[in-house]
Amino acid sequence: MTTWATLPGSRAGARDSGSFWLRVARVVGAGQRRPYVLFVLPAMAIIAAVIIFPWFFTLFMSVHDWKITQSRTFVGLDNYAQLFGDERFQWALLRTLYYTLLAVLAPLILGTLAALVFHRKFPLRGFLRGVFILPMMATPVAVALVWTMMFHPQLGVLNYLLSLVGIPPQLWVFDPGTVIPSLVLVETWQWTPLVMLIVLGGLASLPTEPYEAAQLDGASAWQTFWRITFPMVLPFLMVAAIIRTIDAVKAFDIIFVISQGGPGTASETLNIFLYLQAFAFYNIGYASAVVVVFFALIIALSLALLYVRQRSKWSP
Amino acid sequence: MVALTAAQHSGRTRRRLRRIANRVAFGLAVFVIVSPAILVFLWMLSLSFKPEIENIAYPPIFIPEHPTLANFARVFEASPFGLYLVNSLIVTGSATLLAIAVGVPAGYGIAKAKAYRLAVLVLIARITPNLSYLIPLFILFQMLGLTGTLWPMVITHLVITVPIVVWVMIGFFETLHPDLEEAALIDGATLWQAFRYIALPLSRPGVVVAAILAFIFSWNNFIFGVVLAGRETRTLPVAVYNVLTFEQISWGPLAAAALLVTLPVLILTVVIQREIVGGLAAGGVKGG
Repeated sequence: MTTWATLPGSRAGARDSGSFWLRVARVVGAGQRRPYVLFVLPAMAIIAAVIIFPWFFTLFMSVHDWKITQSRTFVGLDNYAQLFGDERFQWALLRTLYYTLLAVLAPLILGTLAALVFHRKFPLRGFLRGVFILPMMATPVAVALVWTMMFHPQLGVLNYLLSLVGIPPQLWVFDPGTVIPSLVLVETWQWTPLVMLIVLGGLASLPTEPYEAAQLDGASAWQTFWRITFPMVLPFLMVAAIIRTIDAVKAFDIIFVISQGGPGTASETLNIFLYLQAFAFYNIGYASAVVVVFFALIIALSLALLYVRQRSKWSP
Repeated sequence: MVALTAAQHSGRTRRRLRRIANRVAFGLAVFVIVSPAILVFLWMLSLSFKPEIENIAYPPIFIPEHPTLANFARVFEASPFGLYLVNSLIVTGSATLLAIAVGVPAGYGIAKAKAYRLAVLVLIARITPNLSYLIPLFILFQMLGLTGTLWPMVITHLVITVPIVVWVMIGFFETLHPDLEEAALIDGATLWQAFRYIALPLSRPGVVVAAILAFIFSWNNFIFGVVLAGRETRTLPVAVYNVLTFEQISWGPLAAAALLVTLPVLILTVVIQREIVGGLAAGGVKGG
């Protein structure tokens, strides 16, 4: 990787060492038609330095007992062994799965409904669609602060709105039992637009013939949705589910700003646990082992969903 | 001409009524779906323009009775907000420009050579948790003595901006018709010239979208700053969290600061709204 970074970026340099770099290019899949290596090289050098190097360095650190400002000792797989016996880690893992399940399902259902609405033509559609996607682009810290004020048990606007329909006030993020659903509410508000966009793209790509046939056969709107629309947009829903799963497992900003993993450790997900280990307790080696397990979890969840997606595509 | 019977009349009226009812129900659905998105921002706006007495009133006051700019003045008094704004502009600006400089040619190269294994590499970078880059880079920056400068922030923000730009540009260059470049290559232009003088001018709209998306997600980034930034090198999202909340500032100034941080992003989103909806953002993009 380092030789990539030190290669001079001139065309002459590439021509002189052509054969070697062409071979590199072939290995990484470039150069099947023409040598485009130099176009890709600067970006790959940066990706190698800030993305690939950290992966390997993390693996290296995870087999050491390493505290910042102290010497390191090789401990083999001790960090991993300790991790799987760590009750706090186990709870963080369970909480992450609970959080992820809610934060995938809710935006998926609401996003699909929103896509069905925005798929129809109506006045001001473009403008309202623009408004609808603002939450996913807005600065998470900024919206998290406003949600924190809205969650306030005495003065918050959410409890006021509940009181209007006769529901007693809630403690929201201040109660260990409701903190995760409350955080998922914010996450849902933020990321439903992304699901809507993906499903909307799917709806726009559907053929019209099945609908014409259904109309001729006198199918109801309900039947049309479940028999035609749903099976055809299912692959798009699976893409949305994969993206949402990856993002929900990694959720940090909202949780960190609103509840800091509290009350107690009631909303301490893997990412928060990882942050505390690394940058509050400075257990660098241990935290690196958490990263490796965390990354493996993300890959496993993505692959599982990808598998389900392939299956759903093959079935008639 | 056949005279309409009473039954036909009432059937027509019933159908018209049903159509109106459908339209009202649909309008209601649109309202229910869109209003949460806009209401949170309106509440932010309301909080930032109200004096504190109105902000902590119960039941809540939605439209400011005595609108004031005092909250915004308080933000600049309570913190070196101008410094943080400059930090954010430097970090996000440099990371975006660097990403455009290396990412646009890379997107072109990957699209032309169909080097999809490289594209997958970029995608994996997108799914890796941000904290996993931070631990090794944090140690590296300490060893290099870069802590306390803006360099660690600029470098780590490349983790966000480079994959976004490469990803968006691959998609863009794939849809660009190759005829003109191939004609230029036959006339003896080098690959670089074909890119620089033909493909690049044609791809300006794609570059603008890539730059805006990279800018937004770099601007919004919080986690890198929380770990890497010192007192003098905070970007706006970190400053809003650290300085303003820890000093137990009241709701009005906090909402005003939140509004100031997120306003540029909201404006840029409206500018490229069509492209976001068009699906450019649907796949790999999003920096978190």
